Amino acid sequence: MADALLTLEGVHTHIGPYHILHEVSFAVPRGGVTMLLGRNGAGKSTTLRTIMGLWKASRGQITFDGRPIQGLATPDIARAGIAYVPENMGIFADLTVAENMRLAATNGPFDEKRLTWIKELFPPIGTFWDKAAGTLSGGQKQMLSVARAIIEPRRLILIDEPSKGLAPAIIAAMTAALKQLKDTDTTILLVEQNFAMASALGDTVAVMDDGRIVHAGAMAELAADASLQEKLMGLSLEVHQ
Amino acid sequence: MSETAIRPRLVGPTATERLGKAAPLLLAPVLALIGLAAIGNPSVWLTLTVAGLAMGLMIFIMASGLTVVFGLMDVINFGHGAFVSVGAFVGFTVLAWLSGWTQNPAVVLNLAAVFLAILASMAVTGALGLAFERVIVKPVYGHHLKQILVTMGGLIVAQQLIHVIWGPDAIHVARPPSLQGSFIVGEAAIEKYRMLAVAIGLVLFLAMRHVLRATKLGLLVRAGVENGEMVEALGYRINRLFLLVFMAGSALAGLGGIMWGLYQETITAHMGSEIMVLVFVVVIIGGLGSIEGCFIGALLVGLLANYMAFLAPKAALVSTIALMVAILMWRPQGLYPVVKAK
Repeated sequence: MADALLTLEGVHTHIGPYHILHEVSFAVPRGGVTMLLGRNGAGKSTTLRTIMGLWKASRGQITFDGRPIQGLATPDIARAGIAYVPENMGIFADLTVAENMRLAATNGPFDEKRLTWIKELFPPIGTFWDKAAGTLSGGQKQMLSVARAIIEPRRLILIDEPSKGLAPAIIAAMTAALKQLKDTDTTILLVEQNFAMASALGDTVAVMDDGRIVHAGAMAELAADASLQEKLMGLSLEVHQ
Repeated sequence: MSETAIRPRLVGPTATERLGKAAPLLLAPVLALIGLAAIGNPSVWLTLTVAGLAMGLMIFIMASGLTVVFGLMDVINFGHGAFVSVGAFVGFTVLAWLSGWTQNPAVVLNLAAVFLAILASMAVTGALGLAFERVIVKPVYGHHLKQILVTMGGLIVAQQLIHVIWGPDAIHVARPPSLQGSFIVGEAAIEKYRMLAVAIGLVLFLAMRHVLRATKLGLLVRAGVENGEMVEALGYRINRLFLLVFMAGSALAGLGGIMWGLYQETITAHMGSEIMVLVFVVVIIGGLGSIEGCFIGALLVGLLANYMAFLAPKAALVSTIALMVAILMWRPQGLYPVVKAK
């Protein structure tokens, strides 16, 4: 794991009386896209929330760029350079698109060049700049959520199921945008159930089941091995292809 | 991502939704027109309307802090009334110290004394809010029942402390000479102090709107009301924001307290808990977390209370509750809910 930007080692998470994550260990290599796959309820979102400190790891170590972060408060983890796109998108519906973006720019005014790039990447951001975010469609909200995460250069972006509930055309467009983001050497940890999106974007993969990592390796390896896919993820994989 | 892949299309709001959103703005003018039709005499109506606006805006001052605390922190603060009472008593003390100014007929000295009393009230209740949040509220975040119990406890302690410091009796607070009496407009008598209350209330509403709409701090508060967790995930410490808002809310209650005390010309340790019924009605009518809703709700309550006191004094007591019931039947979450009731 010499080139890992983020590592989880033996992480356990409890939510109230429930033991959700069990001994979760995997690494996110620097500069690539790591896919976190698994069926519903496997613990993928909990893993991202644990990394962000929204739920505290009850045991184990989370290391970001050589520094343990599992004891830090969420704002400190964010300020260390980790952006988070939650499953529910976390859009502030009462605020305009511009205001959502302004809040995400924690270091001050926008970098105009970067903002222009984002507007090219996600055209609705520019089109609806002064509209309330709550009036956007589901796909547009998802774009705003990702745009917010990249308004300033981040060292790691955690994205939770960006394809969820979106039409196929929007998923294709989102995949293309994330590919462009990947080409900027941004490190991404991406939770997905859509295997087509996962295989198009992923360099490495970790598969979860029942709160445990059941497989970790190269994405190309898993994409090429139908029997391994079947073994790890069963029918749910085919349904989403 | 090409334009052809995703054609930007704005979904809603429809014309009906836009009309529905604008409808609450018409409520206060419509109520005023109904009042005019029912009262008949324009001079009496003008006097009652100014009185209603003044009363409403003073309630707004007290309620605005509470609604933001509700919305942002999900805290039910039954102790909010304590800040109203303490604010009134601190203001009274400052006015008593400045009796040379308050008894002088010069308008400037009178207003200076009132504004110093307001500043002192806000400073003391803001500091009290800091202690209240750290000691009483912070341990019970996320537990509504415990919040009700401990904030009620805090209210009782504050009332008893007022008894210890200022004594158990009601105290008469005289307005400075230049704030006594009325302006005569046609046949209508408009109390000078009510005009001051209207002016302060409107300035405060506009200032709050500006802060909430045009500053990053305001954006953070509005975002925090909607999704505090996401505000933290963006890198902001919402606990500090909570504390700041709680202190601001407490200071506003203190301001409301001295204004209300000068309006009633009598202050008691229980005045805060008594006015809290109207404050809660306004917060519920407006919708949790909404300054605009709170403003409209306060105007409605103030106008209705004054019209009804003139038209049907016996019904005046229940009119505000009836108004709340009617609004909730129309909009179960209040006029402009920012936070959906759980």
